Amino acid sequence: MRYRSLKLGLAGVAALALSAGAALAARTTITVGMQLEPPHLDPTSAAAGAIDQVTYANIFEGLTRFTSTGAIVPGLAESWEISDDGLTYTFRLHDGVKFHDGTTMDAEDVKFSLDRARGEDSQNAQKALFAAISEVNVIDPLTVEIRLSEPDGNLLFNLAWGDAVIVAPESIENIKTNPVGTGPFRFAGWVQGDSITIEKNPDYWGTPAKLERATFKFISDPTAAFAAVMAEDVDAFTGFPAPENLAQFEADPRFQVLVGSTEGETILSTNNRMPPLDDVRVREAIAHAINRQEIIDGAMFGFGTPIGTHFAPHNPAYVDLTGLSQYDPELSRKLLAEAGYPDGFTTTLKLPPPSYARRGGEIIAAQLAEVGIKVEISNLEWAQWLEEVFRGKDYGLTIVSHTEPFDIGIYARPDYYFQYDNPAFQALMEELNATTDPTRRAAMLGAAQAMIAEDYVNGYLFQLAALTVANAKIRGLWANAPTQATDLTAVWWED
Amino acid sequence: MLRYTLKRLLSLAISLIAASVVIFVAIEVVPGDPASYMLGINAQPDTVAALRDELGLDRPPLQRYFAWVFGLLQGDFGTSYTYRTPVAGMIGDRLWVSLPLALLALALSVLIAFPAGILAATKRGAPRDLVVMGVTQLGIAVPNFWFAMLMVLVFAINLRWFSAGGFPGWEAGLWPALKALVLPAVALALPQASILARVMRSALLDVLDEDYIRTARAKGLTRAQVLRRHALRNALIPVLTIIGLQFSFLLAGAIIIENVFFLPGLGRLVFQSISARDLIVVESVVMLLVLAVVVVNFAVDLAYAAVDPRLRKRS
Repeated sequence: MRYRSLKLGLAGVAALALSAGAALAARTTITVGMQLEPPHLDPTSAAAGAIDQVTYANIFEGLTRFTSTGAIVPGLAESWEISDDGLTYTFRLHDGVKFHDGTTMDAEDVKFSLDRARGEDSQNAQKALFAAISEVNVIDPLTVEIRLSEPDGNLLFNLAWGDAVIVAPESIENIKTNPVGTGPFRFAGWVQGDSITIEKNPDYWGTPAKLERATFKFISDPTAAFAAVMAEDVDAFTGFPAPENLAQFEADPRFQVLVGSTEGETILSTNNRMPPLDDVRVREAIAHAINRQEIIDGAMFGFGTPIGTHFAPHNPAYVDLTGLSQYDPELSRKLLAEAGYPDGFTTTLKLPPPSYARRGGEIIAAQLAEVGIKVEISNLEWAQWLEEVFRGKDYGLTIVSHTEPFDIGIYARPDYYFQYDNPAFQALMEELNATTDPTRRAAMLGAAQAMIAEDYVNGYLFQLAALTVANAKIRGLWANAPTQATDLTAVWWED
Repeated sequence: MLRYTLKRLLSLAISLIAASVVIFVAIEVVPGDPASYMLGINAQPDTVAALRDELGLDRPPLQRYFAWVFGLLQGDFGTSYTYRTPVAGMIGDRLWVSLPLALLALALSVLIAFPAGILAATKRGAPRDLVVMGVTQLGIAVPNFWFAMLMVLVFAINLRWFSAGGFPGWEAGLWPALKALVLPAVALALPQASILARVMRSALLDVLDEDYIRTARAKGLTRAQVLRRHALRNALIPVLTIIGLQFSFLLAGAIIIENVFFLPGLGRLVFQSISARDLIVVESVVMLLVLAVVVVNFAVDLAYAAVDPRLRKRS
């Protein structure tokens, strides 16, 4: 009897030890939910953020890269030197970097990638990033020289974008369906309409990934996204589309909720050439009629940071200019009367599909009605919006989140859909591009922010929040989204 | 019969040509440019022009129409603008989800509707008839996406018997793939089964009132024998017509359910392609669906003629 119970006890201990062993072996796979499926996997020939969400830092790398705080750090380039005139950048590449197909990454690949991106028939959605480059020269296999036609203080920043990653001529043909990069993960499979899988690259040149495998699952419907997280079908969901449900996740010990910032300035874009919006007093009146907090609470369930200009609040050069457009309906009515519209006027408000626009649009329409401005709301699909509003400039007002990092330069393009034409601003941007000194740049950026805020070019609403829901045991996920990326290189499971 | 078949074939060809013109024109008229959609709001105009050129979007519409139709005739569905993969392959992948889902839903619908309809019709006005009528009324009235979300809540979130959605692919094995289709199939089948049960019931009631049924009973056949040999067969004609219609609907119309369960089906492919203005995909998928419907109708026409000689003579 005693013998038997001892035996039982031993078995119990063994079983315990076994289960403890299983628990100790940390999980090495992850399933990440996201709303949009990439159309293909070439970040250098489309604007779709979903492509970068899968490939950035995971599959593809550039000479420089963004960290989670938006800082620029070396990527494939180990170091660089800038000539005194600011016109020549010499990059020293990491040695021993291999593409996933086994070919070596060297200066020739860098030249190929950059020349392809800035070439005449380039299909790069951000071709402007490379505008200052006049030539790319291979000095030796590990040294590459970029010559500029004019100084460009943004070059290192520009090279960190997903659109500037290094690709190889050997694998470019099929890059859209079989991306071959240098990153810590390599492409493993795509069930179209459902998921993309990447796996650890065992021959990675840098710090290897902690995960063995990662699957990106595409769930577009907000209710389905909620269900998938709740049922633990996905371990994390980046860009979670249902902010109304976040409180429920926060209360559940199984999950963690990460709230960070993005590069998405959400603005009430205004057609600066369409009367009466061409009158700065009218635009100022609109700005004072808007109650930002009401929009953030009503449309985004409290997630979002108010902004007073077209600049990300987390950027060190940001200037808080929300005071210029305080909510003040009295002042708004007065300005309208001064401009000759004591009884207000009627204009259009064309809304693209995202919920910040559709929900926000309803609230703004009600706020504008308070001061006598009537808006006719129409809901558009993206393709329609691009055609009608963006290209056709047939609109009065619209709401869009401008998600490209550091995109204040669009205000220097008079043919951009805002149709804001201010030579002083254009000159300032030119000067900025030619300046590399950080202090002087910051001062110029401050001046630029103030200029567009004082001209009330657009209604500045809020900075879009980055919302991520994840299993409470996952570590290393980015809370912020300084670029559209789901960087899994440092992600791991806590025991 | 040959003349009749040829006539039907001619009308099939005309329907297809008409459909191709309507589809092409309808999609041409819709505003939106696939190249601008892909390149976003920071792209330079010359980049958009380069992409439009590569996609062949600047060719005149007539030329594009004929290129598309001749491609279709040779079995070439073209290459998707956004995904840059052959459309035929994309449709094939999606069919592997949509077709089994439609068949599963249809099978479920039939399995529920037949017994329910027969049960109700054979004892008209009895409690079981009232129950069937009540439940089917509810089944038609409840929106299936709501029912689907309810099932997700119960079976995926609370009980954890199923995943909330997604499709692992058939290469993951028969059971995991089928399992992923169970909840969506039930959600799709619910309203269809309700409609079918009601059609079955009323068709059966009509037939049971016929004189030949009384004659058969008078000959000494039992109720069950009459039901099996005479009533059911004749009642099946309207039921089969409804099943045919339901199948075409389930193949392409499952889009809302596909969204709830994030299934990569044909409906969602069309939906995504429309919003991305991936016109070639939309045109080809819609054309394929038209073809499916037209061919099913053609087969039904032939079957009618085979069953009913009067139809042949009339033509």
